[in-house]
Amino acid sequence: MPVTQTLRNGAWRVVELLTTPVVPADYLDVIAPLRNPDVLRARIEAVRPETAKSVTLELRPGRNWQPHQPGQYVRLGVDVDGVRLWRAYSVSSAAGRPGGTFTVTVNAVADGVVSSYLLNHARRGMILTLDLPTGDFVLPARRPGKALFVTAGSGITPVMGMLRTAAHELPDAVVVHSARTEEDVVFGSELRDLHRQGKIRLIERHTGADGRLKPADLSELVPDLFERETWACGPGEMLDALTEHWADAGAEDRLHVERFRPTVLVAGDGGTVAFERSGISTEAPAGVTVLDAGEAAGQLMPSGCRMGICFKCVLPMREGIVRDVRDGSVTTVTELDEPVLIQTCISAAAGPCRLDA
Amino acid sequence: MTTLQRKDVNPIAHLTPEDIEAIGRELDAIRDEFIAKRGEKDATYIRNMIKVQRRLEVGSRAVLLFSLFPPAWIIGTLGLSISKILENMEIGHNILHGQYDFMRDPKIHSTTWEWDSASPAEQWKHSHNELHHKYTNVIGRDNDLGYGIMRVDEQQKWVPAHLGQPLYNFINAIFFEYGIAAYDLELGRNLKTKKRRSNPAFRAALRQVGRKIRKQAAKDYLVHPLLSVPVGLAFGNPLGAFLGTLSANAVASVVRNLWSHSVIMCGHFPKGVETFERTSITGETRGEWYLRQMLGSANISGSKLMHIMTGNLSHQIEHHLFPDLPASRYAEIAPRVRELFEKYDLNYVSGPLVVQVASAWSKVFRLALPNRKPANDIDHSIPPRPAPAETVAA
Repeated sequence: MPVTQTLRNGAWRVVELLTTPVVPADYLDVIAPLRNPDVLRARIEAVRPETAKSVTLELRPGRNWQPHQPGQYVRLGVDVDGVRLWRAYSVSSAAGRPGGTFTVTVNAVADGVVSSYLLNHARRGMILTLDLPTGDFVLPARRPGKALFVTAGSGITPVMGMLRTAAHELPDAVVVHSARTEEDVVFGSELRDLHRQGKIRLIERHTGADGRLKPADLSELVPDLFERETWACGPGEMLDALTEHWADAGAEDRLHVERFRPTVLVAGDGGTVAFERSGISTEAPAGVTVLDAGEAAGQLMPSGCRMGICFKCVLPMREGIVRDVRDGSVTTVTELDEPVLIQTCISAAAGPCRLDA
Repeated sequence: MTTLQRKDVNPIAHLTPEDIEAIGRELDAIRDEFIAKRGEKDATYIRNMIKVQRRLEVGSRAVLLFSLFPPAWIIGTLGLSISKILENMEIGHNILHGQYDFMRDPKIHSTTWEWDSASPAEQWKHSHNELHHKYTNVIGRDNDLGYGIMRVDEQQKWVPAHLGQPLYNFINAIFFEYGIAAYDLELGRNLKTKKRRSNPAFRAALRQVGRKIRKQAAKDYLVHPLLSVPVGLAFGNPLGAFLGTLSANAVASVVRNLWSHSVIMCGHFPKGVETFERTSITGETRGEWYLRQMLGSANISGSKLMHIMTGNLSHQIEHHLFPDLPASRYAEIAPRVRELFEKYDLNYVSGPLVVQVASAWSKVFRLALPNRKPANDIDHSIPPRPAPAETVAA
């Protein structure tokens, strides 16, 4: 109804006047952080250890959440020592779960700041920031007659979401999964149960004893390999080898892979600074600020005090690593993070940087 | 910094250029230490502060629905005054300095924060963060010295209009938020000629302030007072309810204005604070910049509550040295800074609020009149730095 719509909008404008200069949701955040329609958040409802190095978080998403398709991932913003860092995690629960919660399973990553934080500190009641589910590593609505899943380590997580949703709809599903030892298999007992019930055929490989799985081995384990619609998730080298193998057989259309880029950035000295919108790119040596490097390269740069006080020279960094020339502190932004505003007058490149300017 | 204010005693005459750079290095070391410490504690602090302020504001405004009744009026006004003070000082001022940008929380960020003040955050950041913090106490460049309407230094030229400055200062204190907004607009400069008046950038800034003031005023003087009318109707006095809430909001705003004006006067006006000549900062080194901040600022001593209510601007010296460190850390930093002042025999200006406010006001009164004796003309410049030794290739 347009009239009620107009009335509602009018009433809402009055409510906004009541709370100016902030918005009503900012007050609501104090008591109900999940109700904010502008900032999607999630509350941790339960924390369940899976293996010694992985943990499943059951999350209750806030308003404006959209249910995921099995195989998709979500970005979670986790405040580690006061700083919000974003990471992508596959949704491991079945789609359309009653109660509206979903789960992600976090596996320890070597030097992983966020994964080790969640493994040690995730508690019921904790609030995380969240983004909508995304990714095209999904099962089609028309389920394939013959399916193959090739996974290694934490690569099982998105596949688990698929199996939990649709194992009963897949007439012939083979899961080839590699992990270092039997105990390291995430969701091991659940996978073995599915195998016993005849819903999947599970081929477990323990790389600690049997060595790494090579594509050639696959042909032996699954003779009708290329007849199957295949989903693969695991380390980059494994996916590269599989992609090549499938391409050689002319079956690349049947292979779907999911890659998680490593997010570990190591600070070096200097780097290429790319201004994405203007297309200007310049080599910035160590100790030369992004502001100076940009100006020298002919980029129009905002600037102010030029000494790190006024925050007028800030530009969003989409990805990269910079060092504060005053104190040496390092700021890293990965592809998954929200762009971070850096003070260009006191930041020097410590690796390649992409700026939104 | 080549020349300090021309006074009988040059407070840094005993420092060599090497001393000044050593001070800079020591302050940088303190900064590094606290940058490294910055983390969850600071994030929790500001989030809790925002939570407390919002609860206090909502609670006070709820009480003010019954502003018809004197006890509710008193409690609500008191709560709202405190809430507005916290919102401006400990939350707004500090977030707008980028002190919490490190959290990467877009809600608590210097680029997105808007505060409960007539001055739009964006304009304030320019005049305050950029101009005042860079050109601290440099006559003619730092407009915070007298806000362009007062004479607060003997070196400034006296004109008869200065006779009225105690009155201007008092009016400015009452309407401080509007004074700040006008000051950000540089009205004095921009209204002078027709060309400046019609400058599109100035007009856009003017419209921005207009919008902000309209919204702020509508909230405090129309919408919230109207909200208490139903309660008034129930008790047969709708007008009383409307006026009760309106007056409570006005009083809370004025209390906040008087308080922030007093605190801010204490930062750079009291006795013992140095000012600097316009030309004195060309080629200034980092050590010299630090030294200027040390000599140009003054602290307020007091309890923890006092520090919170001033937004930790009671630690004005520490704030000027490290404007982007979380303000709640200044109390930890202060003893270290003070040690440095003692080590280099410099004057750490600090005193209780009453004493500092009185000192600042007495300066306003004293300088309303022309100088009793001609300004001292003795040059107290720092001895020129020795030219760097030339290296001869072997």
